[in-house]
Amino acid sequence: MKALEISNLRKIYKNGFEALKGIDLSVNEGDFFALLGPNGAGKSTTIGIISSLVNKTEGTVKVFGVDIDQEIETAKSFIGLVPQEINFSQFETPEQIVVNQGGYYGIERSQAKQRAEKYLKQLGLWDKRHDASRTLSGGMKRRLMIARALIHQPRLLILDEPTAGVDIELRRSMWDFLREINSQGITIILTTHYLEEAESLCRNIAIIDHGEIIQNSSMKSLLAQLHVETFILDLVSPITENPVIEGFTIKQLDSTTLEVDIEKQHSINDLFSRLTDQGIQVISMRNKSNRLEELFLRLLEKE
Amino acid sequence: MKYWVAYKTIVYKEVSRFVRIWPQTILPPAVTMTLYFVIFGNLIGSRIGEMGGFTYMQYIAPGIIMMSVITNSYSNVVSSFYSSKFQKHLEEMLVAPVPNWVILAGYITGGVSRGLMVGAVVTCVALFFTRLHLHSVMITILTVLLTSILFSLGGLINGAFAKSFDDISIVPVFILTPLTYLGGVFYSIDLLPDFWRQLSLFNPVLYMVNAFRYGILGESDIGIITAYIVIITFIIVLVWTAMWVLNKGAGIKN
Repeated sequence: MKALEISNLRKIYKNGFEALKGIDLSVNEGDFFALLGPNGAGKSTTIGIISSLVNKTEGTVKVFGVDIDQEIETAKSFIGLVPQEINFSQFETPEQIVVNQGGYYGIERSQAKQRAEKYLKQLGLWDKRHDASRTLSGGMKRRLMIARALIHQPRLLILDEPTAGVDIELRRSMWDFLREINSQGITIILTTHYLEEAESLCRNIAIIDHGEIIQNSSMKSLLAQLHVETFILDLVSPITENPVIEGFTIKQLDSTTLEVDIEKQHSINDLFSRLTDQGIQVISMRNKSNRLEELFLRLLEKE
Repeated sequence: MKYWVAYKTIVYKEVSRFVRIWPQTILPPAVTMTLYFVIFGNLIGSRIGEMGGFTYMQYIAPGIIMMSVITNSYSNVVSSFYSSKFQKHLEEMLVAPVPNWVILAGYITGGVSRGLMVGAVVTCVALFFTRLHLHSVMITILTVLLTSILFSLGGLINGAFAKSFDDISIVPVFILTPLTYLGGVFYSIDLLPDFWRQLSLFNPVLYMVNAFRYGILGESDIGIITAYIVIITFIIVLVWTAMWVLNKGAGIKN
């Protein structure tokens, strides 16, 4: 079953700006789906329309087969939203925020309190449950929004840049948490500017730019499109001249660092043996950038 | 049942908000109205003498109570709704399966609760200065309830369209306060020249103040049925407008 089906979705704002130019998109139930794009591409507008915060101009949106124009309340009950901006009352406590959200979904206070305890504990916020939410750190505020989005146990969780501004350790623990809830059957749609996050978590991906979907495939097949990977090699001893090896594009960054473009048909072993032939020893190597990041930039450049 | 839970949640949130900040919401009207009673009722009122067969203090007390109910019902909803919109936590309700009429009912109940609470506090203050007996409990309660609903609705519509904090003070300062002061709180319109008397009849607050005064003192410049027709008509128009605003997302959604 499709968790989300979007067809010919258009949004023209009052000032005439066309944020979405008739996009089609579908997300399977149980998927961990990345919706990527540069700033202003239309990601948040799409999410806003799905979650009823933005009025669409044209098109249809179905959540688990339910059309938002026909049965908006049923569709809403399937969705949990973690928005990009902090959007809870800064004067309420985390417990109040989560419990009240449960109330809006018709969950009785006693039950909402039990669920709030569960999610606040899972997200490491239980000790802060009575503090004013304005005193929480940025990472805690983000986790609070995740707890709030889960209170009604949605089937589709939409995360709009949930780890923005969160330190790497916390980000990794949030990834583990998201993997776990996805494995329990919750479909997740993620937008993020951290492409290693999308690569690590998501199975399918859509890239949106200027209000159009320019790529929609599985992560695997998208990454397979990457014909050239760029590596940085750190050398044991300094070299004076840039080595020339047929089939590889090598750029000397400094006396002990090389940048090498390796095409898919060439092996890294081949490169190493040819460098060794020239008396050059490599001490370590790393990707110049994340693979998805490279593809992303290339796709946007093409556009 | 789930709508009832959602409604209770909105009311709970609204009431806890104004109770939590009681020094800003409950105390100031009590202090202001005490000053009205001291200055207008006691100091100036003693020189005015009787009005409509009552002491001036007794005559203005219902109007002052009603003025505090109007102001507080309105300002509770306008400030709460606008700040929810401004801080974006209104989205918590908008993404949830809460019908707009439940959101409307929740906010209105919040406004009415504060209006009634402040009204009760001001009534207690009034009893320090004068004796009030109830001519009709039903008319008194019904009038204060309907008036509070009406101005809460006005507050929500203002809050929805407001784009800045300045916008939420324009209506109270330039419309609500003049209408209230010219709505027969401090005088009977029978004292006015004919032109101003006729003009006053276009002021909806006049009907509310007089209906409330009738409930307490049994004295009114306006027929009670006429007053209710005006109040209920305004409520119907404002409910329709507020529902249109919420359904359309005017001033709320992109």
